[in-house]
This record gives sequence, structure tokens and C-alpha cells, in this order.
Amino acid sequence: MLPLPVFDHHKPKTLSAALDLLARLGDKAVVLAGGTDVLPNMKQGLVEPEHVVSIAGIEELRGISLVREGDEDKLVVGAGARLVEVESSILVRRVAPALAEAAGQVGGPHHRAMGTLGGNICLDTRCRYYNQTYFWRKSLGFCLKKDGTVCHVVRGGSRCVAAASNDTAPALIALDADLHLLGPRGARVVKAHDFYVADGVKNTVLEPGELVVRVSITRQGGRRSSFEKLRRRNAIDFPLLSIAVRLDVSGVETTRVDAADVVVSALGARPRRVRAAAKIRPGTPFDVAARELAEGAYAECKPLPNVDDDTEWRREMVPALVERAVTRLEG
Amino acid sequence: MTDTRKPSELRGLVGSRTRTLLAPRVTGQVRYTDDIHLPRMLWGRIVRSPHPHARIVRIDASRALARPGVLAVITGKDMPERFGIIPWTPDEYPLALDRARFIGDAVAAVAATDERLAHEAAELVDVEYEILPAATDLQTAIDKPEVGLGKGGKDNVSKEVDLAFGDVDAALAESDVVIAGDYYYEGSAHVPIETHCAIGNLDKNGLLTVWSTTQVPHYLHRELSRVLRVSPTRIRVIQPPVGGAFGGKSEPFSLEFCAAKLAMITGRPVKFLYTREEEFYAHRGRHPMQIQMKVGAKRDGKLTGVDARTFIDGGAYSSFGLVTTYYSGQLLTLPAFADTYRFRSTRLFTNKPPCGPKRGHGSVQPRFAFEVSLDKISRALAIDPIELRRKNLVPPNTTTLNGLRVTSNGIEQCLDAVEKASGWKERWGKLPKGRGLGVATSAYISGTNYAIYPNAMPQSAVQLKVDRSGVVTVFSGQSEIGQGCDLMLAVLVADELGLDLGSVRVISGDTDLTPVDLGAYSSRGTFMNGNACLMAAREIKSKLVAAVAEKLDVDPRNVLVTRGALVVVHDPSRGVSVTEAIQLAEAKFGTLGAVGHYNTPKLGGEYRGGTIGASPAYSFTAHVAEVSVDARSGIVRVENIWVAHDCGKALCPTIVEGQMEGSAYMGAAEALLEEHVIGPDGLHKGPNLLDYRIPTSLDVPDLHALIVESEDQEGPLGAKESGEGPLHPSIPAIANAIFDAVGVRIDRLPFSPARVLAALRKKQADENARHAAAE
Repeated sequence: MLPLPVFDHHKPKTLSAALDLLARLGDKAVVLAGGTDVLPNMKQGLVEPEHVVSIAGIEELRGISLVREGDEDKLVVGAGARLVEVESSILVRRVAPALAEAAGQVGGPHHRAMGTLGGNICLDTRCRYYNQTYFWRKSLGFCLKKDGTVCHVVRGGSRCVAAASNDTAPALIALDADLHLLGPRGARVVKAHDFYVADGVKNTVLEPGELVVRVSITRQGGRRSSFEKLRRRNAIDFPLLSIAVRLDVSGVETTRVDAADVVVSALGARPRRVRAAAKIRPGTPFDVAARELAEGAYAECKPLPNVDDDTEWRREMVPALVERAVTRLEG
Repeated sequence: MTDTRKPSELRGLVGSRTRTLLAPRVTGQVRYTDDIHLPRMLWGRIVRSPHPHARIVRIDASRALARPGVLAVITGKDMPERFGIIPWTPDEYPLALDRARFIGDAVAAVAATDERLAHEAAELVDVEYEILPAATDLQTAIDKPEVGLGKGGKDNVSKEVDLAFGDVDAALAESDVVIAGDYYYEGSAHVPIETHCAIGNLDKNGLLTVWSTTQVPHYLHRELSRVLRVSPTRIRVIQPPVGGAFGGKSEPFSLEFCAAKLAMITGRPVKFLYTREEEFYAHRGRHPMQIQMKVGAKRDGKLTGVDARTFIDGGAYSSFGLVTTYYSGQLLTLPAFADTYRFRSTRLFTNKPPCGPKRGHGSVQPRFAFEVSLDKISRALAIDPIELRRKNLVPPNTTTLNGLRVTSNGIEQCLDAVEKASGWKERWGKLPKGRGLGVATSAYISGTNYAIYPNAMPQSAVQLKVDRSGVVTVFSGQSEIGQGCDLMLAVLVADELGLDLGSVRVISGDTDLTPVDLGAYSSRGTFMNGNACLMAAREIKSKLVAAVAEKLDVDPRNVLVTRGALVVVHDPSRGVSVTEAIQLAEAKFGTLGAVGHYNTPKLGGEYRGGTIGASPAYSFTAHVAEVSVDARSGIVRVENIWVAHDCGKALCPTIVEGQMEGSAYMGAAEALLEEHVIGPDGLHKGPNLLDYRIPTSLDVPDLHALIVESEDQEGPLGAKESGEGPLHPSIPAIANAIFDAVGVRIDRLPFSPARVLAALRKKQADENARHAAAE
């Protein structure tokens, strides 16, 4: 089988020890949480670290809780929480259903048992021309993202358009989550939406030596959310599209939509927030909202041939998935 | 009520749901080739061409050899001997001699002290290439003969077959309906869970042992001898239990020669284990085929003629291509067919991983085209598609128009079974929009009388060793690749000799220990190996009976073998245990042992190629598939497949059902997901299990196996094959069900959501245009 290259393995027990280690090792190190992304990538020569710092043993990164802050309740999920824990947590399912649904559709059961929320948030972007072996990429002539200078997705393109393929990212953005980062220059909080940038080589604002330590999401009455994923198989596959919808609703007999957010991912390097969602007027009936959001998403989202399958079909599926995600939230 | 079954049926393990001896497999106790670790063992790694077609100018291994721990590097010049599974078309070298013909072609091999080092060292072998023009698809291979991949370099043709039976043109001209269609099957791979693995070892007595994941130890033995120029008397091939093969391990591969050669050079054992990527390059998967087919029928549904023109994308080498090209036409004439037939098939070389035999070799693709054609005819004539097939069935005990001798034939019962189980009469054509049923049928060989190399010796053989402790050991040349042939033999022997399963050992797949059997391919195991085994077991049985008759002083005809004892027929209180019977026989006859063999009768049509496809018996299958199609996304879900299969006699029903379910699953996977695509640049689209999608357990339809037993007169206790036949109808049954569900025909595989959605939209647009025109 494809062997892992040689590296030094570190397993700090505390967050501060991990941060010290990462500061000291600099760009010679990569962080390993569940390993479901980093290890295969190392086997394919996509990452070639001298040091691997495992944060799997750090207790401080674990746990899912509801915390009272001022007059707000916040769902706080540690970055080290396993995806299966996020998926099955009653707190997450109540406060942030889209996040639970997204976590539940990552990979297969084995991936979710190993993979963590933080790992999924920091998942490397993916591309059909990038996630291949060294031999394959050499035959191709390499690419912008690794070892080469040309883009095979966009001819003549100078910026990597590898796809954000983390299912939890659109959910966190739609839920307006805060990502809590800790690094050599201290702690900071970044909105999930601002965490990602449109560069497939590195699509986050994470600085060297910095870690995502937890995620917080404000609990809000009348807030509903859902997640839809397009894939050819019912497990294991990375998304051909992943779509999160958040609706703020009101009304007793008939519920109406007051505000919405729709985020579509697996397009380019950055999950795309659909602009049309901001234009939903308070009191919009569900079917109208569903149609407007689906049409808006269709107009704004144009998949690229960076991941497998028919690009035109993927585009056609954007409104279908948005509509399904919205419709599921009615009633 | 009196039980009318024969005594042998009353007591039998045959046909019973006995334990399947699979506990070691499912609990991780089985030791596969890669589980073997020999002292001082080295690891090998093959250096592969990054170009689809290139001349090898120079190979410089000095950087690799300079790495401590790298012991040897070999190139094509170390084994300049062509090989190929078909003796008429040897066109492969273990390592390419002067030309690499596809991305992934083997050009050199290294041996190093560990696996990682071997991988790193392979990167240090510098190969200089001169890039040559390439043909990476069928059309280019047709249009650009100057690429010169064929013999003599004058074109790209691998094999051509042109056969006609009767006056097809006249028959089609007189038809009331003629359906013409273009069908395309994209290739698919076997994807065994265990990738290819081989270990070579040369001992100080000069014996070369090769352990391999092969399904043809005998052919490997011969080819190793020829290519390495080592006497076959100095070679032993051992085939440990194999973790899936499906035809992908039925010829020699580079790694076996390289493991042996590097072991000979270094004096140390050398192991090669293909990565998943290399598995896709070794390939030998199902051929892409482009099929133009015309099928004609009279108004009453009687088929008149079939005319097929087929182009076959062979990839870089011949492999079994000669046979594939014949099979693409020869195996279509059962179970329902016309009176006239013509097919012309051309296999072309391309600069792609070589195609070969995959479960249902050569015949799955034309079967798709034909069974969909029948469905179109049934719609055109408004005849129920099951009825249409019934009107055209080839009867039992007859000869097909292309000279295939047909004996037992249970297709009618198969059709009855799927019709009933699926609720066809009440449901076909009547389900709500988006839900549909489809039917298809097929037939397949139970082994072939075409031995890979011409010879008059038996095709299959076993030896029995009978131990006075009561243990009987079967030494069988067959290859246990998970299909259950070891159990099949054990059950046969146990029943013949009155043993329990625990007293029978089966040793298989070892050229030193077992007699020659041609291997696990063409669905030959049960029929040929089973018959060979029965022959040996019956010889032993007659000795036991004779010894017991003498001891009890009765006529041998009055001795009955029962489970655990041989008794007097009319006085069962008198008898001896089987173990005692063995001891009596050993005392009477000397050490007990027996051999058994099987060879086919003379079969086949009296024309060139007429023996290819000729089998001592044919299995028959009918499927009904039920699908749901989501009109918004084009996503097809196969909800159910009812599989009725005539296997003659189910010796081990649990295994037969497993084969039926596994086949139907594999067909459904090819119908919906699997696609072995090589891009215009010659690069595999994604040689890994994320990009090449096999179904997960969530994607598998509900499979309903319905065994049909036609009791073949020549099969062992009536048995025929069940390993490959039940795959064929899956694809067309699903295609026909999609039509029933949403009214679109997808004549190109796989039935991806993008394709289905495009077809639905086109249908809608056409209807709108018609309505507009009408107004």
C-alpha cells in the first residue's frame, strides 16, 4: 500500500503545550486531529511535514455544552469533538440542526468516529487534479496548488479554485457561528463567514501556529436550519454540493419567514453566501421564500469542474437542494 | 405423506443450508498473500510510465542503487520474453522492453529492504522517454492507424471477428418492426478488496516458489517457466486464499515475474503489493464497447434477425482479447433469439490500461444492447416483454443457430419465478410515475471446451487421500477466490462417503500439491472440478462398499452409504462406521487414494471460432428490476432486483444465492455508478476508491435470489454455474425499468443522474414542441 513518509510525531496533552510546540516547529509541522484528511494527503505527497503534532489527546478541546453569556445562551462545541458526537448531540440538534446534519453526512461512520469538528473546519480544499498520488500528478504535469504552475480547472487561471469540501463550513456560516482561535499572538474570534477566503491553496485566515479551539453559536428563538448534500453515493463521498439554510421564522398558525441565509459550498475555495437571502422581506410565506432562495442560489452559484461529475448537472441541483432544505423547515 | 425423494437427497449435505466453512474468512483468520512475511524479505516496487505512449530511450538506475537498502533494479532487458494468456497473442513483457503503451505501464522494478524505501527508490530510477503519438479512445484508434499499436505496427487492430448465420438482411427486410440502436458501455474495473500481491523466493535447492493472488496458478506456472527460462520442475506456485478476483487475476502480471526475478537476483524473498492505483493500471476490466445493433421482429413478436456491429476498446495489450471479441457475439444466441444473426466485432488497441475478462466476460455489454432492443420491440408491438421473450425461447436439448449445444434449460421457470415474485402482471406499466419495472434475461457458459492452450489432457482434476483416522483430503487444482469451490468439493465428498463436513479437508491452489486444473475462470469450477471430484470420490466409495460387503457378507449392491456409517439396505441395524469402513478398505486394497478428472465432450460449431463459447452446459437467468427515478435530480434508485437463476442444482444453496446476489449487485453498480474513464491525455480519471465509486451498503438494492434447478444431465449431481450468469440481466433490466418509470431510454452506461436528467429534459422539450406544433 502507499506508505506514509517518515515524520516525527508529537502528542501534547495540553493546549498550551501544543501551541508552544507549533510555534517552535513553524512550517515544518502539521496539525493532526482525527487524521482522516491529513494522513491520506501525506500518503499522496500533498503534505510533506517533518513533524506531525497530534491534538487528539487534548481534553480542553472536547465537549459540547450550552453556556449562558449575559442574556444569551450559546452552544459551544469544542474543536476536538468527534463528528459523530456533533451529529448525535441533542444540544447541537436543538440549537443548530444544520450543523448536526452536516456532521452526520461527512464521509462514512469510520470517518465520523475519528474526524473532529475542528478538523472538518480546517479541511484542505479538494480538486480532482490535486487529490491524487504523486505519480498521477507528475503524469498530469502537476498543478497550481502543489508542485506546479498551471490550473487544470480554469485554463490560464492564476488562482487555485480547489473546492471547499467541508460539510460543516456552510452550516457554520449560515448559523452565523463564531470560531474561537488561539495562536502565538493570543486569542481571537472570527465569524465563520470571515474564516474562509477564496484561495484554494489555503482557504482560511488561520495563521501559522494558530488552532481553532471551539465554535460558538447563539441560540435564538424562531431560528431553524437544515443542510443538504449532493453526492453520488449515500456515504463516504465528499460533497458535489453542500448547502445550508437558516431561516428565522415567526407566526403561530402559519409560519412565515422573516430572514434567511443560504450558503452553498463545494463550488470554489470559499463557501458562497447567497446574496438573495438578505433580500427576503419579513413575513414572506414559505413557498415564496423557497422559490426566491432557490432562484437566487441558481443565479449566483456556478459550479466548476474542480470536483467530479457533470458541472451542468451540479448547477441544476443547486436550486433543487435549496428548495428541499427550505421546504423541510416549514411547519 | 410419503417422501418421494431418493435416499441420497434425504441424507444429503448437498442442497442443504449447511455451514459454509467461512468462519475463518469472516473472523480475520484467513492468511492472504500479503499476510505472509518471510525472514529477510525485501519489498519490490514497479516504476511506471507517466506517458501514454513512449519509446524508452534510456534507464538510469544509479541514483536508486546508491540509496542504502536498495538491492537491485531490473528493467525489460532482464526478462526480454513476451508473454500473454492466449498463446496466439503474446504481446506483453514483464517490464516494457522498448515501448511503454499506457500511463502506468511497467518499465522497471526495484527491490529494497522495506516498502517505503522501495517506493522512494522507484522515484529515483531515471527513465528517459521519447514521446509517441497516442490513441486514448476508440475513435482515435480507428481514425489514426499510424499510431501503430497492432501487430506489425500498421494499424491498431487487435482482433476482428465477422460471422453470419442465415440471411439477416432478408430477415430484417421482411420484419414488421426493426429496432436500430447505438449503445455504449464505458469500461469498468473489478475492484477486488485485496489488491494484487506476489512473493518470490528461491531456495538453496534451486526451487523457485511464487505465492500469488492469482486465480490461475497453472497458467502462471507455465508462463513463469517460459519467461524466466527456468524449468517448470523447479517452480512452485502457491495461491493463498484470494480476497476477490472477478476475472482480474486470471492471467500473469508484471509483479509475479518481477518478484521471482528479483528473488533470483538477490537471493532473498521479494514481495510486491499493488497499491489501489496500480490495481487500476493492471486492470483487465470490462471492455468499453460501442455497439450498433438492429433487431427485427414480426407483428406477433417472433424475432427475425439480429445484426450487430461492435467496436471494442482493448487498451494496451491483448490479454484475453481474442476470446472477448468472439464472446461479444457468440454468447448472445441464448435464451431468446432470432433465426438469423450476423455480428462483426473489432477489438482495437488503445493507449489505456489493458482490458480483459470481468465477471460475464465479453457478453455483458452486448447483452445490454440486445435486451434493451427487445424492450423497445415489446413497446413497439405492444407485447408484454416477458411474453415477447417466451415467444422466442430456444428450447432445451437443441443446438443454437451458431452451433452451441444446449442441454438443460430452465429459462421458462426463471421467467415464471421473477414474474410472480415481482408482481409483474399487476404492476408492470401500472406503477405511479417515477416508479418502474424492467425485465431482462441471459445465458452463460459453465466452463468452456476451449482450453487456453491446445492439449488433450483433462481440464480439471482432483486427488483424494483417504486417511485411516477418518479424514479425507481433497487435493484440488481449483482456485478458491471466495466463490466457495472448496466447500462445493467438501460437500460432494462428504455426501459420497458418508462423512461430516469436519472430516473433509480441501487443499487447493498449489502446483506442488495438487493436480492441474485450469483455474477459476469462465465459470468452470462447479461443473468441471465437481465432476472430477465425484469421479474420485466414487472410486473410493466403491472400495469402501466392497470392503464392508465382504465384512458383513452381503452383496455390495445392498450396502448403503449413510451419514456416519455404511449399512445394509434392508437391515440398517447392521453396518460399520465410515472410519471403520475406511480401515477395512485400507486393509483390503492397501493405502487408499484416488484421482478424478474431467474433460469436455467435443462441442461447438464447425467453423473458425465455433468452439469459442461452446460449453458443456449453459446457465440461464431472468431479472426483474424495480427502480424509482427522481425527476427533479435524475437520480435513479434501484429498489429491488428479483434474480431467478437456473444453476442446474444448487449444491450449496447459500453460496449459490451469494453468487446471485453478488452478481446482481455488481451489475447494478455498473449500471448506475462504475465508470473506468481514461481522459484524452491518457490519464485515468481517478485511480482510487473516492473517484471510482463502488456502491456502499446504503446503495445496494434489495436482492431477491430465486434458485431454479433444471438438473443438468452432465453436471455434477445436475449442477451448473452460478458465478457469472446472474450478472448479465442487471443492467438492461434496470435500463428497461427506467423507461417504465419515466419513459426515457438511456443507451449509454452508466445511467448517471446527469444523463437521466438530460434525457428527461429533452423528452419534455420534445413534447412541448409537439404540443406547440399541434396548436
